[in-house]
Amino acid sequence: MKFTLSWLKDHLDTSASLDEITYALTDLGLEVEGVEDRGARLRDFTIGFVKSAEKHPDADRLRVCQVETDEGVKQIICGAPNAREGITVVVAKPGVYVPGIDTTIGVGKIRGIESFGMMASEREMELSDEHDGIIELSSGEVGQSFVDWLAAHDPAKVDPVIEIAITPNRPDALGVRGIARDLAARGLGTLKTRDVEATPGAFACPISVSIEADTLDQCPVFYGRVIRGVKNGASPAWLQDRLRAIGLRPISFLVDVTNFFTYDRNRPLHVFDADKVAGNALRVHRAKGGETMVALDDKEYTFGEGMTLISDANGVESIGGVMGGAASGCTEETVNVFIEAAYFDTVRTAYTGRALKINSDARYRFERGIDPEWTPYGIEHATAMILEHAGGEASEVIVAGQIPDTSRAYKLDAARVQSLVGMDIPEAEQRQTLTSLGFRLEGNMAHVPSWRPDVQGEADLVEEVARIASLTKLEGRPLPRLSDGVPRPILSAMQRRESTARRTCAALGYNECLTYSFIDQPSAALFGGGEDATMLENPISSDMSHMRPSLLPGLLQAAARNQARGQSDVALFEVGPAFNGGEPGEQFNQVAGLIVGRTGPKDVHGASRPVDVFDVKADAEAVLAAIGAPAKVQIMRNAPEWWHPGRHGVICLGPKKVLGIFGEVHPRVLAAMDVKGPAMAFTLWPGEVPLPRKSGATRPALQSSDLQAVERDFAFVVAADVDALTLVNAAMGADKALIADVRVFDEFIGGSLGEGKKSLAITVRLQPVEATLKDAEIEAVGAKVIEKVTKATGGALRA
Amino acid sequence: MDDLKQKYIGQIADAADEAALEDIRLAAVGKKGEVALKMRELGKMTPEERQVAGPALNALKDEINSALAAKKAALGDAALDERLRSEWLDVTLPTRTRRQGSIHPVSQVTEELTAIFAEMGFSVAEGPRIDTDWYNFDALNIPGHHPARAEMDTFYMHRAEGDNRPPHVLRTHTSPVQIRTMEKEGAPLRIICPGGVYRADYDQTHTPMFHQVEGLAIDKDTSMANLKWVLEEFFAAFFEIDGIKTRFRASHFPFTEPSAEVDIQCSWVDGQLRIGEGDGWMEVLGSGMVHPRVLAAGGIDPDVWQGFAFGMGIDRIAMLKYGMPDLRAFFDSDLRWLRHYGFAGLDQPNLHGGLSR
Repeated sequence: MKFTLSWLKDHLDTSASLDEITYALTDLGLEVEGVEDRGARLRDFTIGFVKSAEKHPDADRLRVCQVETDEGVKQIICGAPNAREGITVVVAKPGVYVPGIDTTIGVGKIRGIESFGMMASEREMELSDEHDGIIELSSGEVGQSFVDWLAAHDPAKVDPVIEIAITPNRPDALGVRGIARDLAARGLGTLKTRDVEATPGAFACPISVSIEADTLDQCPVFYGRVIRGVKNGASPAWLQDRLRAIGLRPISFLVDVTNFFTYDRNRPLHVFDADKVAGNALRVHRAKGGETMVALDDKEYTFGEGMTLISDANGVESIGGVMGGAASGCTEETVNVFIEAAYFDTVRTAYTGRALKINSDARYRFERGIDPEWTPYGIEHATAMILEHAGGEASEVIVAGQIPDTSRAYKLDAARVQSLVGMDIPEAEQRQTLTSLGFRLEGNMAHVPSWRPDVQGEADLVEEVARIASLTKLEGRPLPRLSDGVPRPILSAMQRRESTARRTCAALGYNECLTYSFIDQPSAALFGGGEDATMLENPISSDMSHMRPSLLPGLLQAAARNQARGQSDVALFEVGPAFNGGEPGEQFNQVAGLIVGRTGPKDVHGASRPVDVFDVKADAEAVLAAIGAPAKVQIMRNAPEWWHPGRHGVICLGPKKVLGIFGEVHPRVLAAMDVKGPAMAFTLWPGEVPLPRKSGATRPALQSSDLQAVERDFAFVVAADVDALTLVNAAMGADKALIADVRVFDEFIGGSLGEGKKSLAITVRLQPVEATLKDAEIEAVGAKVIEKVTKATGGALRA
Repeated sequence: MDDLKQKYIGQIADAADEAALEDIRLAAVGKKGEVALKMRELGKMTPEERQVAGPALNALKDEINSALAAKKAALGDAALDERLRSEWLDVTLPTRTRRQGSIHPVSQVTEELTAIFAEMGFSVAEGPRIDTDWYNFDALNIPGHHPARAEMDTFYMHRAEGDNRPPHVLRTHTSPVQIRTMEKEGAPLRIICPGGVYRADYDQTHTPMFHQVEGLAIDKDTSMANLKWVLEEFFAAFFEIDGIKTRFRASHFPFTEPSAEVDIQCSWVDGQLRIGEGDGWMEVLGSGMVHPRVLAAGGIDPDVWQGFAFGMGIDRIAMLKYGMPDLRAFFDSDLRWLRHYGFAGLDQPNLHGGLSR
């Protein structure tokens, strides 16, 4: 919302400065977004008087002028045709910046004669496009500031333009008067009375208006009148200046009047050329659907069922509350005008405007809510302005429907205001605030003014009081602690788990990413998602159309982007939600890590190598251990199809309790996602890790033995597809009391063993608890290990 | 005896290596060495002679033994020094590389603000990213036709043919978590809800996903003055600037009444933003007293309970604090950016150790 300072002062009698006004506006909730102070940059221009002007000896068009200024008589060379003796001019002395030519004036010689300044044209000061000659002023003292002269004689030229942001609850501030009212309530002046006398009708209105019964809730009331014999044309300069200053293009006087009241009073109006209203009757009705009309923006619109339309015998002539039609609009030739002042419902107007994609000043205001009670006044104000400037004769006012009743009142609870805001605002001041905003107080009931549709309860009264009192003055007051003493922890076990997983991944050398929760459908489909339930209705691009079924596709895309930037060794992770449906709650938290490339750049130690499955296995195990997963897990091989079929493991506690998956990403997936592989990854489900059962912090006592542990190595030949874990578990089971650990330390495949065979070598560590082991005991355990392993794996001790 | 002593001490000093030293040891103090032979002669002496010669011989033996030990150590040292002289390494060579991981600024800043609000008694509440339009809008006093709904650039979920429920939305703010937590826990209540939110907008300062933290405190007499204190304490702790000034400006949000936008003190010096100094203001959050209808929607009696709510952008305050210029980079996963703006895994922010790194 834009307006000028002088426009504001039409409604507000104030001595406040521009700065005071803008500060108050922002503080009141009418946030100032910009102030264009057009006078400020002309501050150094002063008024001078040309004492003499003689032809330049070496140039026919130039004149050597002696100009009286506040610093004495100065010689100025001037090329303007009207530069002559005896005129009052505007002088830019050396050092003054001239905006129209983007130059700072200096002392110079022109064709051999010195010049100490410049006499300016309107264009050079960006006051207008006028550049036929320098400005000649009709008055003005030598040395006077030109800005001051303008402010006194042509204020529109230096009228500061203020732009404010209007929150959706304040339609009244979409009119200059509403803004003035807020400032007056704050104490920055008094609201001026701006009433006009109603113009009595000289004749019956020749155009009739009717509102269909089923349309009364969309357009409850319609005021209209004809003014005949007007002379349309350009608006008076003051009106044109106002409209231009706020960025509107003057069109013709009749149209400009409607725009003026749209901004002056938040009262959109429409003017029909009365001679173009076919059948002399306008009918307000709901669209059946399919009707069309060319609107004032010269575009043709097709209407949906239920939109509010205004039609005559020819068809649709206007979209109620949104935009008028081109056919019946006013032109320079209009002599008989029909003025419409109606009230259109907010919800319907918003819907229609959105559906037709029309952003007009009228729609903007009707959808937020105009003052219905002011409808009859609006038509009288417009009448008065038209009669004054365009002449003519007004008909009687015709009215269809009834002004909707918006009267309501809410209780002002002064103590509640103080308790909610925490500011000491006396009751009398609260009542005064509401009164000055237009509320009518009856006892402690505050009747809401008709221009404030947003006030819908007691809480709104609190807001008004607090806003006018100024929240800037609010003093902070400590929020009491919930309990005395040291604050207790506030994170849930799952929240701590996520933080731990995140920091463990980072400590393991992964860089944390945050990728978008939505990805493209093909990528989602590669990871078991991409179904319609997870689809966005209005994605901003096809790259972001489906909720991600897993964090992996986002990480793979991130890896591809980094590879494209020349980063080939990548370790990324993310902790966040993935989605298995489109309903609230169909999401689960995941921890995903991805490594691609080598363990590091090639190095003098020869330690760099391509990443492999055991890197991600180690990392997945480390993260799981950090978040409290049990050490004893099963490894299965039934992962979904985006994993390499032979190079992955599903870490689980039984077939239904999957804690995570690690492995190589399927080469086809990598190819589809443009990742140069191989790529190793893990995904973990922290929510699946069982919560610890214990309640206290105490740990079980440490069981340690001072007796010497004994280690024995065994090698077994087994079928190549036997899991090492099966072998280890079998060996562990040979003597649960004595065997502390079993470790695989060698794997040898094929060779002399023959096709389909491998050798696995293990170290079994025996930890005696009661007495040192005797050889016979060790032998016995060894035999048991061999027996168990042989039975479990079908293999044999290697000869 | 003095001759013996002189002979062996001299020989020990001259010994060139450990083998020569061993020969000397055997010759001097070995079982058949010269000193041992002398010791045997003690038996033939008178007690008086023995009283003199015995201790002298023992002393001689000790002296030779310590000379041997000292020489042995010296020879060992010399040999070690000699070996080490050949064991020179160019230690300026690079090490085996170890990957350096990092924590994303949004995660770090979320933990920073969680630490601060935890101290003031706020716990952390969470909720779904896909939510019903009731939780995201209606419960927050934003009816269907409200202009704020259109202004939010909402992402809607697809609805299957025949499913006539209003479409679900990607939450446009973390405020629905307020409602869900009120329903679940009732009053009094003190929570923050950090997390990702979504709006259909993309330019230098907008991404279709970003992060917000919502705060909510409900009690019988919680006021806007408490809100101001909480926010001032938060900014002072978060930016680590004592007495940082805030400015409350009246504004409007459908879910709070009265509402205020909050600015923090700042200045621009040579194109660089400085928080907590100067007389400029930077808008950082929206806040207010929870609207009675919102309390009622959460199942809390607005005639008994009242409280405040606020919401701010986590990404935004992270940018302000750590000087990150472009929001889009947050979600691009450029390794160079992650490493430059990220935080070490073990740098967990806390109040006793400080929040900034």
